[in-house]
Amino acid sequence: MITLNHYLWVSIILFSLGILCIVLRRNTLMVYMGLEMNLNAANLALVAFSSFSGRIEGQVLVVFIIAIAAAEVAVGLAILVALYRKIQSVGTDDVRVLRG
Amino acid sequence: MWGQETLFWICSIALIACALLVVFSPSTVSSAMFLILGFFFLAGLYMLLHAFFLGVVQILVYAGAVMVLFLFVIMLLDPKIIRRWWFKNAAIIGGPLLVAALLVQVAHILRTAPWHITVDAQPLTGTLIEIVRPLFTTYLLPLEVTGLILMVAAIGVVVLGRRDAP
Repeated sequence: MITLNHYLWVSIILFSLGILCIVLRRNTLMVYMGLEMNLNAANLALVAFSSFSGRIEGQVLVVFIIAIAAAEVAVGLAILVALYRKIQSVGTDDVRVLRG
Repeated sequence: MWGQETLFWICSIALIACALLVVFSPSTVSSAMFLILGFFFLAGLYMLLHAFFLGVVQILVYAGAVMVLFLFVIMLLDPKIIRRWWFKNAAIIGGPLLVAALLVQVAHILRTAPWHITVDAQPLTGTLIEIVRPLFTTYLLPLEVTGLILMVAAIGVVVLGRRDAP
């Protein structure tokens, strides 16, 4: 019998791997991919809660999250490309313009 | 015929394996490919939860649009620069420690929390009208604002992508 906890475990493991991706990799593209994994883990938890409690609101929230995530990725990658034009790198350690 | 349990285990184990490969794959392109594959399995989990619309949206928006954008940007940048096996030295100890702390705490919560959810609640049927009706009645204003945000994002991307970007 698959319970709510099974889905939440999958969600939290996916979230942890997303955090690991953000912290460990030195590549801004990989950081974005880790962010996507985090958002998807949250979506999975919301859908699981929604489905197991019989309320649709969780799934409605997921629709909004997916729309905002798409906008966020578009803007983020545009910033990345603009940054690459300036400093010819996507490493997280090479971005020091904002450092005071 | 496979039961739902078998499908759940297949989808979740494959999803986690894909996520691991995303984190530890040396090449950015293969990381993106594994993330696409993982999103397919995540869509499978949504379908198992009777969220059919979200499963389809997951494949269309994430695997179809977002990850193609990722691959496009990877292609645009210099592969010599992004293909390096880049791990932060300082984070090799700290990162797993942080994640382990998070996992321990959430595991405790999951073991002890009494979810106030009746198992035999009115089950969702998974039809499209079920999810679209609140979108266009109760949540109409957030929906419109989301549309506005998407438009602002599109204009912002155009501004950022100009040759003489600010």
